[in-house]
Amino acid sequence: MGRLFLEIVTPEKIVVSQEVDSVVAPGTDGEFGVLPGHIHFLTGIVPGELRYNTGTGKESMAVTTGFAEVSNNKVSILVDAAEKTSEIDAERARQSMERARERLGDRRSEDIDTLRAEAALIRAIMRVRVVEKAI
Amino acid sequence: MATLRDILRKIGAVKKTQQITKAMNMVAAAKLRTTQGRMENFKPYAGKFAEVLGNLASGMDPGIHPLLVKKEEVSCVELLHFTADRGLCGSFNVNTVNAAQKWIKGQQDNGRDCSLTLVGKKGRDFFRKQGANITESHIRIYGMIDISFINQMTRGFITRYLSDEIDEVNMIYTRFINMAKQEPTLVKLIPIEPPQKEAETEEKAAEYLCEPSAEKLLIELLPKHISVQIYNAFLQNEVSEHAARMSAMDNATKNCSDIVENLTLVYNKARQAAITAELMDIVGGAEAITKA
Repeated sequence: MGRLFLEIVTPEKIVVSQEVDSVVAPGTDGEFGVLPGHIHFLTGIVPGELRYNTGTGKESMAVTTGFAEVSNNKVSILVDAAEKTSEIDAERARQSMERARERLGDRRSEDIDTLRAEAALIRAIMRVRVVEKAI
Repeated sequence: MATLRDILRKIGAVKKTQQITKAMNMVAAAKLRTTQGRMENFKPYAGKFAEVLGNLASGMDPGIHPLLVKKEEVSCVELLHFTADRGLCGSFNVNTVNAAQKWIKGQQDNGRDCSLTLVGKKGRDFFRKQGANITESHIRIYGMIDISFINQMTRGFITRYLSDEIDEVNMIYTRFINMAKQEPTLVKLIPIEPPQKEAETEEKAAEYLCEPSAEKLLIELLPKHISVQIYNAFLQNEVSEHAARMSAMDNATKNCSDIVENLTLVYNKARQAAITAELMDIVGGAEAITKA
């Protein structure tokens, strides 16, 4: 059956490009797992934790929105941003979460600043969650 | 006739200018390398994205989402226009502003209103002087853009498109073809014309298992498609700017060398003339003494 080839791509760079045994990713309709021989598959990705098994160890990443494509034992994940959990600074993540919360305050309008702050908050919460789980 | 001292001073000035243009050339070269790197890094994302979107969109009824439907009556169009923040890059800004002006005139001749979203200081200054209808302008943001900024921009366009404030969104940016050639390019952003895929991959699309449905997924991907195009424009425009500046500064440096060479000739001639005149004086003086 061979192994899976995982590729995680953001607009800035290719974050991961290697062979893996399995991938678990946060899809729009819930978390999904991919093993070699998976059917051709296409789904959206929501902010959350993405895990994969390299055979020598497990890796975890924080990803934001995007989508995933599985075809011919190749998993392509296209997201706006992706960070390895080991590279996230837990303290900084927590601070930025607080900052985003404050900035958002009790505003609930639809203007761009609010949307931006909300997006930042979601990202921060997701980062913190992923990090805390790892510790 | 300029005095010797004047010529010398001029030579010095030109040499100093040359130092500056040379430095600017090197700075542009360094910046070009980093932005080119960013462009290269973006390619896999853009390529994959177009592939997936093409797969999804093929054979799907365009009626599923308003972003795919052409409006029957177009009365107001939006133009997203890219220029550089700085000058001294040859005809880069002039070319793209001309292209935009021509396009706007074409639209106005068809009885459509044009509003502008401008990126880059040069374009903003120009169109503000013209009294054009500017929706928004972003200056000094090259090199600081990230995808969330672009997403925001896209969201703005989509909201305004859906609320019938604007009926079409186009953009003009300078595409980077190679080091010597950059070209203003017009791209229609909304309504979206999905990338066409080749017929041979037709069956592959059917095999996909989509979650949620293919339609829903497509609708989610459409705004991203716009963002990807805008991001691409940003990168291309930036690379083009640096490339244009590099060659402009290279030319300037060369011209400086030419001028210095010519001025040196003039200087030498003037010096020789001065020496000759002095000799004539001395000889004339000596002769006058011997005669007397």
